[in-house]
Amino acid sequence: MAHGAVPIKRIDLNAGAGIAAAGFVVVMILAPLVAVALRAESGARFGAGDLAALRFTVVQAGLSALFSIALAVPVARALARRRFWGRGALITLLGAPFILPVIVAILGLLAIFGRGGLLNAGLAALGLPAVQIYGLHGVVLAHVFFNLPLATRIILQGWQAIPAEHFRLAASLGFRPRDVFWRIEAPMLRAYLPGAALIVFAICLSSFAVALTLGGGPRATTLELAIYQAFTLDFDLARAAGLGLVQLCLVGIAALGAATVARADGFGRGMDGRVERFDAGGWMQRIADALTVALATLFVAGPVAMILWRGAWGSAQMSADVWASVLAASGHSLVIALLATALTLTLALGLSMARWRWAEGLGLLGVAVSPLVIGTGLFIMINPFFAPAGLALPVTVAVNALMALPFAVRVIAPAVRRAETDFGVLADQLGLTGVARLRLLILPRSRSALGFAAGLSAALAMGDLGVVVLFADPEWATLPLQIYRLMGAYQMQAASGAGVVLLALSLGLFWIFDQRGRRDVDA
Amino acid sequence: MLTLEGLCIQQDDFTLSADLSIAAGARVAVVGPSGAGKSTFLGAMAGFVPLTKGRITWKGQDLTDAAPAVRPIAMLFQDHNLFPHLTAAQNIGLGLRPDLRLSTAQRGAVDRALEQVGLQGLGPRKPSQLSGGQQSRVAIARVLLQNRPVILLDEPFAALGPALKVEMLDLVAQMAAQQAATLLMVSHDPDDAARLCPQTVLVAEGRAFAPQDTSVLLADPPPALRAYLG
Repeated sequence: MAHGAVPIKRIDLNAGAGIAAAGFVVVMILAPLVAVALRAESGARFGAGDLAALRFTVVQAGLSALFSIALAVPVARALARRRFWGRGALITLLGAPFILPVIVAILGLLAIFGRGGLLNAGLAALGLPAVQIYGLHGVVLAHVFFNLPLATRIILQGWQAIPAEHFRLAASLGFRPRDVFWRIEAPMLRAYLPGAALIVFAICLSSFAVALTLGGGPRATTLELAIYQAFTLDFDLARAAGLGLVQLCLVGIAALGAATVARADGFGRGMDGRVERFDAGGWMQRIADALTVALATLFVAGPVAMILWRGAWGSAQMSADVWASVLAASGHSLVIALLATALTLTLALGLSMARWRWAEGLGLLGVAVSPLVIGTGLFIMINPFFAPAGLALPVTVAVNALMALPFAVRVIAPAVRRAETDFGVLADQLGLTGVARLRLLILPRSRSALGFAAGLSAALAMGDLGVVVLFADPEWATLPLQIYRLMGAYQMQAASGAGVVLLALSLGLFWIFDQRGRRDVDA
Repeated sequence: MLTLEGLCIQQDDFTLSADLSIAAGARVAVVGPSGAGKSTFLGAMAGFVPLTKGRITWKGQDLTDAAPAVRPIAMLFQDHNLFPHLTAAQNIGLGLRPDLRLSTAQRGAVDRALEQVGLQGLGPRKPSQLSGGQQSRVAIARVLLQNRPVILLDEPFAALGPALKVEMLDLVAQMAAQQAATLLMVSHDPDDAARLCPQTVLVAEGRAFAPQDTSVLLADPPPALRAYLG
């Protein structure tokens, strides 16, 4: 229609679904925050140790962001201006750390950089002293492992947003590589780098499992870890709440900053623009790009390869007892992953179908709050009435769903919006309302987005080592928690074996959901 | 009788007003320069464009605030007339029950509609497995089953070749005659208008004018229409 049809008089379940989903999210996020704030006010003291935790949290996140970005720029540039066999696969691989369970990655990093790892074996063979992975540099190393690929994808989007014509024009004007960088690439980087850095910074602020395994001690404790310790060592809920409040402000500000500055989130699927580069023909540049890509691949794939190798050995030598505990924990994790996925999709669909933009924004709230803070709040709320350990499963499901929700909303909302833009008028004309509209229009049209989002949610919930540590009793564990306990008991072989099981389950869940979504999709 | 009473639509700097009636069972072409508001005019009747002022009635019954689906109107749009993820039969069945829980009798009706538009046996195919002309026939079959007293065509066959377009328009016209339905069709082709529609509504200069005799209008077009027809 020449002047755009504005739909009027919609009578369907969209508003209802939106309100229900929004209500759940608000209650599940705000109520724990209120509980934390109230508890923190009643007599929390902020000691020297807590200040050190705050400082360490900011320093490690800052360093992680700095290194991730500095290393990501050359990798993204090499990927942007080269076409080589396996390039597409490599870019897909760069998305993999997102769904890689943190504890598995840490096992892989330990296998290379840890006490008995490849690096120290090499140093010993050369007669050099061993290096330690635990502490600030270990935490930063693990964060760079996770965020270098993410930063690369974000910056690559920036490169691909430069119109091909600019490079053609540069070639016709006789730009040298240096001119291309300063006239074309540097302005793009100025626009993209601050956002990418802030995203990585915000993510690293609330990373818990990395600090739990590679940090610790008075000099390498993050706020999240301090919350956990306030729980487990002192059972000081007021102090945990106080720390939670500080963490909430910190992450909230960083997430807000990232949301205002960020141009892209590295989350898109298609990344295959074809741009002819006339300025990058020199052999020095070719060699530099090849080396960069090779090193980045090695850095990302190496730890995963190591955990597969060690895990294969480890699982062969696991005792029947350990196998039984790993299988039981796997069962718990699978149940959690499937329930959390169902909840995430329901909420994301509800928020996406509501026609208010703020509903979508609500779904993104999960980015701004850390799981341990939510967990602390839920614990404070539940503790007076029930034994928290008895509610470990529903709490883990709910918190995992809330944490996956931002990503699910980012994937599903555009698909739902497209279905409504393309077919909403036809559906209105035919009287497709309520459940029929959901069944015959929304679900089929957003099928591949739903599959992808389900895969992400399932893998994230499967591999999560977060809120469960506050609620689980010693007899009950999820698979990541069981692996952490095996590591704590110095059973590294068994931990590696269980790590391979976890890796297979996480990636398997992602693959199954994603494939189901893509099957039989019509143009 | 379809009556638009003191109708006024304002969107930013665009205005369209109309004060006219269309007799039940009439066949009316809607012509005018591009951007004049032909689609908006049809969209307002179908309930997709909010009215700033005025009333729409059908046989005395007020439609102004009715949802699109409860109006006595079936409409074919410029594009997206079929859901690509549903089969031809399902797309047609939507005209009977939007939730597609069809009775055996209704399934039979879908099969008969497929037959009437010359697509017998193609019910299980999805739109992507049909040609452009066949896709149009599926949409027409659905309009047939909707069995509404008013049919609006917003150039649904514009993407087809000239011969196929004529064939589809004839099919719709024949169907409308069978059901004694009122037909309004946006047209860019004076020949289509002259051949199928005894009456024409001219949309130009912010107004939809009352229906006039098509042959008279085309024989001596007012300046706005003359500039457009060339």
